[in-house]
Amino acid sequence: MKKVFSLILVSVLVLSICSLPATAQDTEEVPLTGESITVYNWGDYIANGEDGFIDVNKEFTKRTGIKVNYDTFATNEELYTKLKSGGSYYDVIIPSDYMISKMIAEDMLEPLNYDNIPNAKFISEELKEHCGFDPEGKYSVPYAWGRVGILYNEKYVDDPVDSWSILWNQKYKNKILMFDNPRDAFGIAQKKLGMSFNTNNPEDWRAAAEELKIQKSNVNCQYVMDQIFSKMGNEEAYLAPYYAGDALTIYGDNPNVKFAIPKEGTNLFVDAMCIPKGSKNKEAAEKYINFICETDIAFENISYINYSSPHVKAAEMHKEYLAENFGDWAVEVIYPETLDGCETFIALDNETYQLADRLWLEVRNSGDYTLTIILVIGALALLIGFIVFLRIKKHRRENA
Amino acid sequence: MKVLSRIYTTLIFIFLYAPIVILIIFSFNSSKSRSVWGGFTLEWYSRLFQDETILNALKNTLIVSVVAAIFATIIGTLAAIGIDAMNKRLKKIIMTLTNIPMVNPEIVTGVSLLLLYSIVFGILSKFGLDVSLGLVTLILSHITFNIPYVILSVLPKLRQMNKHIYEAAIDLGCNPFQAFMKVVIPEIRPGIMTGMLMAFTLSIDDFIISYFTSGPTSQTLSVLIYSMTRRQISPKINALSALMFVTVLSLLLIVNIRQIREENKAKNSKSIVKL
Amino acid sequence: MYKKVASLPYLIWMLIFIIVPLLFVAYYAFTTPNGSFTFDNIIQVKEHIYVLFRSIWLGLVATFVCLLLGYPMGYIIANSTNSKQRTMVLLTMLPMWMNFLLRTYAWMTILENNGILNSFLELIGIGKVRIINTSGAVVLGMVYNFIPFMIMPIYSIMTKIDKRIIEAAEDLGANRVQVFYRIILPLSLPGVISGITMVFVPAVSTFVISRMLGGGELLIGDVIEMQFLGSTYNPYMGAALALVLMVLVFICMAVMNEFDDGESEAIMI
Repeated sequence: MKKVFSLILVSVLVLSICSLPATAQDTEEVPLTGESITVYNWGDYIANGEDGFIDVNKEFTKRTGIKVNYDTFATNEELYTKLKSGGSYYDVIIPSDYMISKMIAEDMLEPLNYDNIPNAKFISEELKEHCGFDPEGKYSVPYAWGRVGILYNEKYVDDPVDSWSILWNQKYKNKILMFDNPRDAFGIAQKKLGMSFNTNNPEDWRAAAEELKIQKSNVNCQYVMDQIFSKMGNEEAYLAPYYAGDALTIYGDNPNVKFAIPKEGTNLFVDAMCIPKGSKNKEAAEKYINFICETDIAFENISYINYSSPHVKAAEMHKEYLAENFGDWAVEVIYPETLDGCETFIALDNETYQLADRLWLEVRNSGDYTLTIILVIGALALLIGFIVFLRIKKHRRENA
Repeated sequence: MKVLSRIYTTLIFIFLYAPIVILIIFSFNSSKSRSVWGGFTLEWYSRLFQDETILNALKNTLIVSVVAAIFATIIGTLAAIGIDAMNKRLKKIIMTLTNIPMVNPEIVTGVSLLLLYSIVFGILSKFGLDVSLGLVTLILSHITFNIPYVILSVLPKLRQMNKHIYEAAIDLGCNPFQAFMKVVIPEIRPGIMTGMLMAFTLSIDDFIISYFTSGPTSQTLSVLIYSMTRRQISPKINALSALMFVTVLSLLLIVNIRQIREENKAKNSKSIVKL
Repeated sequence: MYKKVASLPYLIWMLIFIIVPLLFVAYYAFTTPNGSFTFDNIIQVKEHIYVLFRSIWLGLVATFVCLLLGYPMGYIIANSTNSKQRTMVLLTMLPMWMNFLLRTYAWMTILENNGILNSFLELIGIGKVRIINTSGAVVLGMVYNFIPFMIMPIYSIMTKIDKRIIEAAEDLGANRVQVFYRIILPLSLPGVISGITMVFVPAVSTFVISRMLGGGELLIGDVIEMQFLGSTYNPYMGAALALVLMVLVFICMAVMNEFDDGESEAIMI
């Protein structure tokens, strides 16, 4: 045992030596200042040096000497929870519209100092009309925007994909994916029922929850977020609602996957950079936000993630890039002529949020559990019977 | 019967190793996909060593498990010595306490530690002290779940130990500390080593408690892998795991072969003596 | 006397990092966000009673399968030659050196509709079987991850069985079946019991396996995680669920102890 241990220690040493080169390389332009910021972003939502694009965070460190710690989340709610539950501090976060207004209402964000973010002038005025969550831009600078639509594999889906109701079609049982976050999932049911996303009427939310329960029992949809990339790409699933930009990424892996915007209308989302309260280095965080808004960086970044850019110049360059690499249809998907019929999420009442959370768990837990309960009780009865049996046997043996 | 049991063990080992084999095979896959084979490549192995996020997570994992294992071993060994000297009733109470973190579902332990840290941080921030989840909280949590395993592997050795040796050492002029270092520790060393190794292994493999107690700058490998499973695990991670796995496998094989050889030698010499 | 003092650091440590945090869990379970006392959280647990039952059921099935597969394995290992024994023990423990998330992730590749297993089944003419995103896949994931915890205690108790007892029984005319039922099985019971608890507790509270292999069906662990770090933030509710889960597990332990005659201690790997 002793030898095993010492050998393992040696291997540990070897492995840690292997990790040395990482700290010894690059940064020739600006020496490290010792400062660092922590960025919290959506998973795979930044150019990271792959597929021929620059590594945005590394480039930032190169130009400013500020180190970037990078962490990712999968849903807005996860980001909110992480900040609320305490213990973790971030300098730049990139939540979506409704979460930003919720955080503003709960005084979780720092107002931005635009003197440090001169590049904010490039942000499209047109888009700002859709930024009802932070009308004056006091707290946030848009990072990317887009629309929610339905991804479908045209090899297997032969019905026209023009309505949210196709996600309730039993023909595609077991092959439908669904958002694993309450706001997006309820949004789909609400649009299917012709409601607004932003209703505070509890009855509306209950009706939407019923609709989602029906969907779950009829088509046995799986609730996923970013796993959609591999599941749609590998043809494990044929239908999924998701964000327009990711449709292009999946199309790149599997050209059978197409994207459609349903006629009932859809969600226009805006993800924006904010600085949460508790940031330890606000100035460096503003530098980072400004850096993201530099035209060349914004273009490289948006071409990697393929969402729609709020940056006027980068958006023009991105349109050319899309037309060249995907075709004109991609330009129409990412930068549509009209945004009519699109609605943006805004903050709800606190009671509505609580109701939504409860209803969401109800939907996720719905189903027929009678059999399970009978089985569990049966198993427990068997177990107790067995114990009693053993006791009796032991008792007899002792008496004998 | 023998053939049957051989078939059975083979099947079980296939079950245990099928996913590992697949992970290793896909570390040589030139396509990023986790299920489509795109041709052979060694690219991921070279790119692994340029990926700061992964290397950083590996570094964190090693720091946390080594430090936590050492501290847990020290605290746990001392605890075992104390427990061994207690009377039966007290011993029983302490052992029940020791069992709590082992029996309690890991998620409950993780959640309770998260609550502890956030409450303490909340109080500290009122005094102007900004602390956050990071390597320190991670190490504290790991020590916590490691200690019981150390105690449980040291205790039996203490019980087997001849109590009179210690007294003899005292009689021969050792002070208690010397007696402890020179007599007790060598006697229970195998137990300490097993406990330490076990603590180290548990720390390396832990996900649930790390998930609840690590901060954004102190991700361990398993937390990083978890954030990757939500989308697609990079083949670089496959490459890293393959390397780690092969290292451990070969180490164990070497040790095992050596042991067998030594045993055979011992057997041979015994039979010579008999002759 | 001074020896007892040696355990003082440990006792202080456990007080701070085990007892106090668990008290916090209990405290949260009985408070509202405003800090006043309430039973609402505990009452609301009944909304999750189905998930709880589902978790218990899958945990029980997984434990049963582990026992079924692990018992013969422990028996076989314990009865092989010394060198073989050591190799087999190492082989059983070795998978734990590879991250369990990765190994579970690899099962996705195996079990998928277009996965390796289905391609194989199609090749030999059976046709595709839907495995992933079913409860079956979740049980398989649990069995896979926790079976070493069943094999090890059973194996270690089997090696402690005195071979002379078995020989004596054989000399007294017992056949193999009788030897097994009358001697090996009762003597290995403590190992079985510690194996059952070591598998059931992590299985019932797991929170990643069902997310990866079960297609989004929730288990109780997932719900707790969602309340603390996931998409529905409510640590008060989460604490209540954690408390219920903890109580449930401790009841299970008490029941399992009934089987035990109380003489055997926790069996270590």
